[in-house]
Amino acid sequence: MAVADSHDTAHDDHHDHGEFIAHHFDSPEQQFDSGKLGIWIFLVTEVLFFSGLFVAYTLWRNHHPEVFEQAHVFLDKILGGLNTVVLLFSSLTMALAVRSAQLGKNKQCSLYLLITMVCAAMFLGVKAVEYSHKWDMGIFVRSQFDYTGGHDTSGLFGLSPYLIQLCAIPALLLVGCLVAAVIGKLTNKALFGSFMIGMTITVAGFFLGAGSGVVYMSATGGGTGGSHASHVSETQPLMLHAMTASEDEDHDHGEEHAHDDHDHADDHSHEHADGESHEALDGDHHGDAHAMDHGPDPSKFDKDIGTFFSIYYCMTGLHAIHIIGGIIALAWLYWRSLAAHWRPDYFGPVDFVGLYWHLVDLIWIYLFPLLYLIE
Amino acid sequence: MAAHNVPIGPMGRQKYEVEIMSSEAIRNTFGTPETHFLNHEKGWKSWAFTLDHKRIGIMYLIGVTIALILAGVFALVLRTHLWSFDGTGPVKLTNAQYNQMFTLHGAIMVFAFIIPSVPAALGNIVLPMMLGAKDVAFPRMNLASFYLWIAGTGCLLFAILAGHGLDTGWTFYTPYSIETETGVIYATFGAFILGFSSIFTGLNFLVTVNTMRAKGQTWFKLPLFLWSLYATSIIQVLATPVLGITLLMLIAEKTMHIGIFDPKYGGDPVLFQHFFWFYSHPAVYIMILPAMGVISELISVYSQKKIFGYSFIAFSSIAIALLGFLVWGHHMFTSGQSQVVTLIFSAITFTVAIPSAVKVFNWLATLYKGSILLSTPMCFALSFIFLFGIGGLTGLFLGALSTDIHLHDTYFVVAHFHFVMVGGTLTALLGGVFHWWPKIFGRMYNDFLGRVSCFLVFTGFNLTFFPQFVMGARGMPRRYATYDPEFQIFHQYSTIGAFVLGIGIVMAYAVLVYAAFRGPRCGSNPFRAASLEWQSSSPPDFHNFTHKIAMCDPYDYDSQVYDEELDTYVHRELAQPSKPVEAEPQPAAN
Ligand code: HEM
Ligand SMILES: [Cu+2]
Repeated sequence: MAVADSHDTAHDDHHDHGEFIAHHFDSPEQQFDSGKLGIWIFLVTEVLFFSGLFVAYTLWRNHHPEVFEQAHVFLDKILGGLNTVVLLFSSLTMALAVRSAQLGKNKQCSLYLLITMVCAAMFLGVKAVEYSHKWDMGIFVRSQFDYTGGHDTSGLFGLSPYLIQLCAIPALLLVGCLVAAVIGKLTNKALFGSFMIGMTITVAGFFLGAGSGVVYMSATGGGTGGSHASHVSETQPLMLHAMTASEDEDHDHGEEHAHDDHDHADDHSHEHADGESHEALDGDHHGDAHAMDHGPDPSKFDKDIGTFFSIYYCMTGLHAIHIIGGIIALAWLYWRSLAAHWRPDYFGPVDFVGLYWHLVDLIWIYLFPLLYLIE
Repeated sequence: MAAHNVPIGPMGRQKYEVEIMSSEAIRNTFGTPETHFLNHEKGWKSWAFTLDHKRIGIMYLIGVTIALILAGVFALVLRTHLWSFDGTGPVKLTNAQYNQMFTLHGAIMVFAFIIPSVPAALGNIVLPMMLGAKDVAFPRMNLASFYLWIAGTGCLLFAILAGHGLDTGWTFYTPYSIETETGVIYATFGAFILGFSSIFTGLNFLVTVNTMRAKGQTWFKLPLFLWSLYATSIIQVLATPVLGITLLMLIAEKTMHIGIFDPKYGGDPVLFQHFFWFYSHPAVYIMILPAMGVISELISVYSQKKIFGYSFIAFSSIAIALLGFLVWGHHMFTSGQSQVVTLIFSAITFTVAIPSAVKVFNWLATLYKGSILLSTPMCFALSFIFLFGIGGLTGLFLGALSTDIHLHDTYFVVAHFHFVMVGGTLTALLGGVFHWWPKIFGRMYNDFLGRVSCFLVFTGFNLTFFPQFVMGARGMPRRYATYDPEFQIFHQYSTIGAFVLGIGIVMAYAVLVYAAFRGPRCGSNPFRAASLEWQSSSPPDFHNFTHKIAMCDPYDYDSQVYDEELDTYVHRELAQPSKPVEAEPQPAAN
């Protein structure tokens, strides 16, 4: 957002170094103030952007508390907690980066920025493990929700094929950055070379995150979220029923199974069509439905959990997109730090991206308890 | 950006701390300069990649005009179809085609034309100059906003071309929008992008007004147009992101069925309506507030009288912006929201009428005993007051619960919002464009023909939409391709009116385009306006001002004195008519 025009024309102003002052500003202060106000307003729009999802969350949680209670056990608190720590740490390094930019210490700044980017990429790596693990078990958005509890290990190295797919683009990026770094070094483009080395390290951060996730998963036999033993005690009997039922089928959900469930989905929609379409707003009704002795259809119960995961995927997905956007912005700063652009009177961009980064962090700080720590 | 050669003066690169110019140099500014923002760089690239707010504004003006023409043609097709009650008129559309036609008409008019029209086109050109600034705070973001506008409008159009059209109405109500096979995804994505374009403009304007005011330009010396743009920007920034996420959720619902809006999967379709109107009611104020700002300027200038109740008008803009966030439920009186909520929304809806009325009364008070000049912009401004008055008052009928049950989803609603959107915003846009045209191009339009176009717009408009009030009150529902024979005569009035209105608008644009190329030259301030943009040359310099600005009250018309030689008005401080011309070396450019 910062407008930094590397202007060719001489500035006959009293500030001798007008290098990064856009022509329409009178002073560096004016430029900085504009950028600062601009980024704050932008952050307000970001908060409002997420607000739609938070409202949807609130409504659903109010109307269907039982869905939330039963669904959250599929989320792994340890992995979520790890990501929280990683992001908090990245906020610290971001703040340090701003500080060093303010002091004009470009080298230091680039180092802190690099750590921030690595943390961001790590976060995504852990998220990839979490997502793929859920997809393995058939935990998708509402309409696709098809819990089987299965673990698909048919991919390379016995990993989930979903995880392999999620890692494909980072892997390509890793190779690309590495090649670019080598070319940069060989052709003596020092700035470009160092930048690409930094980007290689950043992308490697993704695999660091994914790797830790995988190791943790195999060590704990699937983590707390989805490891069947660990939440038997926490869940309601009905839940148990749903899960033991699926445990019995030790295979991947095959064609027939999916078909089977599809029929259920149709039944369900008919129910709604038959005058229950306001069910969504009718909390009490649902509360009762899960009392044990009613014995409702387990497949219906499954589907309702799906809505939790719809919200979960929307919120964390949108957040992940913001992380990716953040990495791109950080990369731009990293380049400019390597080019030694920051000075005590010009460090606006670092400050502004920093604010953005803290907001992305803050949103996660809300998402983590709201999604993972439901009791 | 090429280095810009300053044509005149000893002041170097446009620092404002320059000494007062010699009167000769001032003459050069207030006559028509040879180098100005329109010709200081040439070639398509100098436009496509320009960061100059004036050029971006002009590109926006051309863009929204194209959108207006396109959606206007759709409207004429619709009206021609409605000529006969059973669909046997000169143009025969199937029901499906009719649905697609009104959807595209509405969606393009709302998202691609009327929302960016006054702020992004006129506002862009005028706002920095009114502040005495060189540009908006973030020129690149400004350009990005324009390209996002192009991309978003392109997506909307692509929804037509992609094969199935679009038939949900501009409101994209669920669950129909989830079920229909038509191009909802392209269209919502287009609206999503247009939302960002709008946010960029709003953010830019907020920051610009806060940080880029010239020395001495205090908040209460800001022209009221800027107050209204500021209020508009607040809405753009606060409401549009909610639309953005709503449309994204709709896309997710449509592609993956996430079960938030889709009742098939336990979702709540009324939630979509809440989200949608949480944006779209404030959005109607995005449409009308800037128009009100334009009217404040026009009424004052063409009565040559200080605006009456400056601070009331200024704060009523802010009040409208804030209250506008609390009334969205009045679009859902019949959608099954709880009665308590309905009552509250109705009550707050009535309060919104108060600040709107404050403005109207202040304009009338300004006219009182003013020396009124009925030139083209003033004719449009007076039309505005009349038409907006009707549009606003009928809003109260709709806000009243008992009447709305009868009037909801009838032509009465259609007439109501066309009175505010077309009678209000479009009229103000045309008036504003006529007013600032000589500033932008340095050439005067033909006032007689301008007034004729205004007359056509006014009569055509009333002929089109007044009968719709009658039809609506008698029960003619909106969005139907055929209707009962008893309504035919009203529909026929309406169709004739639509063509008159169309001719009026085309004529207005013809007068303007002719003036831009062939009109007689005019000085920097032909209308004796006192806001700062009139202190720049016409057309303005690339940097807007080439001299020190004489700060003054934007409605103090006595500060402008007539200069016979230049045949224009000049600020007293800058004119220095008594001083002899000093001999100064003049660069060749002048
Ligand atoms: C005095 C202030 C206003 C009041 C009290 C008011 C009230 C209302 C009400 C109650 C409705 C809902 C009618 C129904 O669907 O049954 C409505 C619809 C509408 N109003 Fe207004 N309004 C006002 C000003 C405006 C302005 C300034 C604009 C635009 C520039 C506008 C644009 C619209 C539109 C577009 C709709 C219809 C939306 C649709 O259903 O497609 N209104 N108005
Ligand atoms: Cu409304």
